[in-house]
Amino acid sequence: MDITFKQVDYTYQANSPFEHKALKNLSFHLPGGSFTAIVGHTGSGKSTLLQHLNGLVRPTSGSVQIGEHTLEPKKKPKQAKELRKQVGIVFQYPEHQLFEETVEKDIAFGPRNFGVAEKEIAKRVKESAAAVGLDLSLLSRSPFELSGGQMRRVAIAGVLAVRPRVLVLDEPTAGLDPRGQQEIMDMFYRLHKEQQLTTILVTHSMEDALTYADHMLVLDKGEKYMEGTPVKVFQDRQALQQVQLDVPEIFQFLQKTSERFGKQVAYEGENVDRLAEQLADLAGDKHE
Amino acid sequence: MYAIEFKNVSFRYEEEQPYVLRNVSFQVEAGEWLAIIGHNGSGKSTIAKLMNGLLFPTEGEIIINGIPLNEENIWEIRRQVGMVFQNPDNQFVGTTVRDDVAFGLENRGVPRAEMMDRITSSLEQVRMQDYLLHEPYRLSGGQKQRVAIAGVLAISPSVIILDEATAMLDPLGRKEILDTVHHVQAAQQLGLITITHDLNEVMQAHRVLVMNDGEIWTTTVPRELVKRQTELQQIGLDVPFVTQLAHALERQGITLDEQPIDHEELLDALWTLHSNK
Amino acid sequence: MTGSLSSWQIWQVINMNNLLIVGQYVPTNSIVHRMDPRIKMLIIFFYVIFIFFANNIVSYALFTVFAVGGTLLTKVPWRFIAKGLTPVWFLIVFTFILHLFVTKEGTVLVNVFGLPIYSGALEQGAVISLRFFLLILLTSLLTLTTTPIEITDGVESLLGPLRRFKFPVHELALMMSISLRFIPTLLQETEKISNAQASRGVDFRTGPFRERVRAVIPLLVPLFVSAFKRAEELAMAMEARGYRGGEGRTKLRELQVMKRDVAALVIFIIVVAAALITRDYS
Repeated sequence: MDITFKQVDYTYQANSPFEHKALKNLSFHLPGGSFTAIVGHTGSGKSTLLQHLNGLVRPTSGSVQIGEHTLEPKKKPKQAKELRKQVGIVFQYPEHQLFEETVEKDIAFGPRNFGVAEKEIAKRVKESAAAVGLDLSLLSRSPFELSGGQMRRVAIAGVLAVRPRVLVLDEPTAGLDPRGQQEIMDMFYRLHKEQQLTTILVTHSMEDALTYADHMLVLDKGEKYMEGTPVKVFQDRQALQQVQLDVPEIFQFLQKTSERFGKQVAYEGENVDRLAEQLADLAGDKHE
Repeated sequence: MYAIEFKNVSFRYEEEQPYVLRNVSFQVEAGEWLAIIGHNGSGKSTIAKLMNGLLFPTEGEIIINGIPLNEENIWEIRRQVGMVFQNPDNQFVGTTVRDDVAFGLENRGVPRAEMMDRITSSLEQVRMQDYLLHEPYRLSGGQKQRVAIAGVLAISPSVIILDEATAMLDPLGRKEILDTVHHVQAAQQLGLITITHDLNEVMQAHRVLVMNDGEIWTTTVPRELVKRQTELQQIGLDVPFVTQLAHALERQGITLDEQPIDHEELLDALWTLHSNK
Repeated sequence: MTGSLSSWQIWQVINMNNLLIVGQYVPTNSIVHRMDPRIKMLIIFFYVIFIFFANNIVSYALFTVFAVGGTLLTKVPWRFIAKGLTPVWFLIVFTFILHLFVTKEGTVLVNVFGLPIYSGALEQGAVISLRFFLLILLTSLLTLTTTPIEITDGVESLLGPLRRFKFPVHELALMMSISLRFIPTLLQETEKISNAQASRGVDFRTGPFRERVRAVIPLLVPLFVSAFKRAEELAMAMEARGYRGGEGRTKLRELQVMKRDVAALVIFIIVVAAALITRDYS
């Protein structure tokens, strides 16, 4: 599903002493099937943007187009529920939203609300539990007996079971240990590819943006600050530092290497082995 | 005399439940920075809670500055061992920054006149002196954690434990906290114990203790630890970028004399190679 | 549109229900703001009692001047004060009208739809509405000029003597201040969970009443779970920071009666005395 923001403004508590503009004149287009990373310092408008994606809020001015659905200031969208069915959001610390007696019921909660047939629900619960790597023996357990990492997976399975076409991830790995982080991100990437999802990842990790995203949006104070492929955005470290962000460690290292050796070492989409080759060449150069 | 000493400590929450910690022994010297790492559920946070009497060992003994910890002296022990927890919101007791730092002082009956001085000086150490009257909801996660550190500093402990204190922060907040503790630790010769799974954080510590499934996997210095990349990955831990790169260079046939722990060390080594050619 | 509740909306709901502890404070740092909360509370307490002794124009004028004068000193813009009074305007006007038609004293002034209005009714209606208005005005000044935590400190100090009867004054005050501290946190949490469940297809706003009640469960259960977890962690953090009850504890927040407080008290006593002297004793 394509997503288009056209000159979107969003103002909290308009006409009150607490008026606050969270989004200002924001326009962008994300083609269906793309993987976009949205980054920005705390308070840059990321979470407000995210709430537009399934109609939790409507723009104060401008318009948002998500597939067939349009969000406009004064018009109530006709099929808000249909929109939410198509756009799944994994909020930050999603395990906080668990409430049912069993894991199975909690995963089934979304599909049931969206009117999926019971037989189909049972099938989807098993499928999504498997997709997030939950052992099926856990389905009959209370979600509150599980470890933090398992609870996170239950919550994610609950979103996946609705079978959204757009998947919005708000810092899905926060608080997990390194292995857990990697597993969760790899899982999302696999789903993204397998089901041709349109994925939007809100993250603080520039490494994740570089690894998984094909498009990147940098926000600052509610405005679009930079946009492009991650590699392109990471070319301008200074600009990112001005809004209290930075480039991935590999870019930092390349920059230092270039300065030290007085020779431009460019990023070539590398893993560490490719980088090591470049460095080996560099170190092997005859000193003049 | 050690600042903290664990002697064959085992712990389980209830009888018949599995042990969370098994036969753990280690020492922390006065003024030393020890990092404790391990995957989630490896027992590292249990160690933290044992250190200041929030839990008591099922077996074994814990000695703080020469005093064996027991039910009677935990109040004194808690004065010596300060602790900062993971969730910035759930340890902020006061309605303002000033009140929160005061909390620990009030609990210990510090006279009011002395309180103000100690609040100001500890807030200065974490660079939060300009936020004296701010309410917690107006602070970022990193700022709240800095206030929590100030609250601990105000009672002049000899050891500070950071129990995953940076886990819920964004990179900027994480950096703020690391810079702060680095600065404070060096300035006051405090014992510092950081419990974390951020390996970049570990690299700055003097020593590192690795936990795996309730047991000590190894105790070593960071530079030695990262040499064991494959083994670390097997127990669910990652090594820093620089280490990965150094290992990749090895595969290219470039062996460095010493395991680098940051960008500069690696670049220095490469530059030396380059110049000697 | 089906939607979730924002914390701002929840905030407004709380304000509408007039739980005065939230969000009413207007920081203008006036002399009234800087007063000792205990003195403010004492004055209001006795004002509420003594205004019932007023029974003629002079005594009422004295109380009115005191309340209006106090309001002016706060430097709080009138529209905030008016806003605070909005929910009670209706009651004040209603009381007045009720008196017009019910009281039958004095001479008939005019007939409205065949109902006679007496001069005494006008008088009594006005007096009771005025008294009502003054009471609300003065009490709202407390919340407009005193932070919730100052109120807590004041209550703790005023209730201090009850400690002798084993009344847990310190615990009560600590509970109040921790609740105040966590209100914004819990509001944020409510907004977050309400958003998450709305995204999973819960509809909080439309549908039959029974459905909407059911929709609250996915909101309440997580909120309770999280509140308990917070409470547990907070208790541990407090213990780690050496908390063990009120005994042997000192306090950073200290209330001090200053010149301005004495002045306010003296003025108040003079007003009350004057009112007591000038009221009718027939």
